[in-house]
Amino acid sequence: MTGAQIAANALEGIRHGERKRLAAQLFNGFMYGAIGLAFLALVALIGQTAVKGLPGLSLQFFTNFPSRINPSTSGAQSAIVGTVYLTLLTAVFVIPVGIATALYLEEYADKTRWWNRLIEVNIQNLAAVPSVVYGILGLAFIVRGPLGIGPVLLAGGLTLGLLVLPVVIIVARESIRAVPPSIRDGALALGATKWQTVSRQVLPSARAGIVTGVILSLSRAIGETAPLLVIGAASSPRFNPSGLNDAFTALPIQIFTWTQDPNPQFVDQAATASIVLLLILLGMNGIAIVLRNRYEQRW
Amino acid sequence: MKKGLISIATALVLAAGVSACGGSSGSTSAESLSGSIRVDGSSTVFPFAQAAAESFNQDQANVKIAVGESGTGGGFAKFCAGETDISGASREIKPEEAAVCEKNGITYQSVQVANDGIAIAANPALGVDCLTTAQLKQIWNKGSSINSLSQIDPKLSTTKLSLFGPGTDSGTFDFFTEKINGEKGATREKYAASEDDNTLVTGVQGDKGGFGYFGYSYAAAAGDKITIVGVDNGKGCIKPSVATVQDGSYAPLSRPLFMYVSEKAISRPEVKAFLAKTTDGSVSIAGSAKLVPMTDAQLAAAKTQLATAEKNAK
Repeated sequence: MTGAQIAANALEGIRHGERKRLAAQLFNGFMYGAIGLAFLALVALIGQTAVKGLPGLSLQFFTNFPSRINPSTSGAQSAIVGTVYLTLLTAVFVIPVGIATALYLEEYADKTRWWNRLIEVNIQNLAAVPSVVYGILGLAFIVRGPLGIGPVLLAGGLTLGLLVLPVVIIVARESIRAVPPSIRDGALALGATKWQTVSRQVLPSARAGIVTGVILSLSRAIGETAPLLVIGAASSPRFNPSGLNDAFTALPIQIFTWTQDPNPQFVDQAATASIVLLLILLGMNGIAIVLRNRYEQRW
Repeated sequence: MKKGLISIATALVLAAGVSACGGSSGSTSAESLSGSIRVDGSSTVFPFAQAAAESFNQDQANVKIAVGESGTGGGFAKFCAGETDISGASREIKPEEAAVCEKNGITYQSVQVANDGIAIAANPALGVDCLTTAQLKQIWNKGSSINSLSQIDPKLSTTKLSLFGPGTDSGTFDFFTEKINGEKGATREKYAASEDDNTLVTGVQGDKGGFGYFGYSYAAAAGDKITIVGVDNGKGCIKPSVATVQDGSYAPLSRPLFMYVSEKAISRPEVKAFLAKTTDGSVSIAGSAKLVPMTDAQLAAAKTQLATAEKNAK
């Protein structure tokens, strides 16, 4: 190899490197642009909601019921209480069923059996089904049909529970799978039974992921409008549900009803209700982060 | 708390007043009722039902009234399945809906509660005073490319129109397209749509080619900032007013609004009291709901219908 050739090769290398660097920079710029655009849209949206909704955010908004006769005294008490009840109900329903299913599929199920594979594939698919379809399911099987309990709070909780159940199962399975086999082997080697291993070693090790997943799924349930509309939640009721068998509403329904209204005062109250919903969601996601940091295990 | 006491006191005084003047069909404001009532149906009747529930709760706080807005058809589907007690309707029940009710053994009574009218509004600068239903159809029908009123009548203004109308979710939209364009939902595409009637009013008054349609009470409230255009349905030009909407002579853009109550439901004291209070207070409730109230004759007819329903109650 002559000196000239070496020089040419080196130059080629530099040029190649430069081109690569340029491409990398372009791509970087593109990514920042994409993030910026998304962020800008978010800021604009939240900003507009805040401008319209913040003036209405007062104690009265939490203590009063929606009012048609005197719109300026409207509040969202029934919707806020309804959302809290719905979340609790959904959690009560989804946590035991979801975790038990995940444990069965990860720890007990024989994956060579066709029915277990069928369950797995179905759960994956169910997680991708649009929420309104769950609403129709709830209407046909819970509100009418076999259960026939009517458009009541329990029906809302069960429908939302069904909606987030696949996601909870998937997240719980991931966390259980992340527990190293050595933990199980160690426990079994020390004479623990299968159940003792699962309940005292695997579950506690996986709880950070499970808890985070459950809370994030519940946040999704809170923001759902379509399934509740389909099963027939009430619009702007002036009472809180006093039992599982009572009519109910939730914040997204209240927001939807108010934005539809010809009276602009209600549209502003929809913005206020959106802020309350956002705060609840932020609070829940904050709790999820704290719990994850606290319980997270590193192997 | 203090505020609460004051409003309770006001409600009591009002209730006393009502029962003193009315004293009619089963005013039961003395006894305390409980239970729950399910109301659903037309989105036009929805604000009325909501205001009615609110005013009823002022002296009967323990009755839970859940009001939904599934639309007239969706409301009847639930009503005839026995899922609701009262169904709001902006038209009479259709034979096929009535057949479902009959199959499920739901007998019912319709009671008029208010009137609804749609006003055609124009910016005063357009100088238009009256249009026929055929001309309105020319402007608003599917595929219309009318840009100025001079295209439908050479004598009218050549100013470029800016059209305003309600969005497709609105009961007003369904009603207008059905009556004027002949098919529910058929509309021209190019117009500024908003569910907010006040936006439409602002739009029409803010543009010198402003032209649109929306609920009569909003047009009336706008005063002389807009011109309310009369409609000629073959019987001369008639402008919407409380009187012409009430008697239906402002055709075809006025209609009565109903509540259908099942005879099974009205046997329950809370439903009976709710409907009695709602008809008694229908004038002020219609005001809160921005609808046109009933005439005295309509009110009397509504009370008779209620009495029939109570008599048939099982």
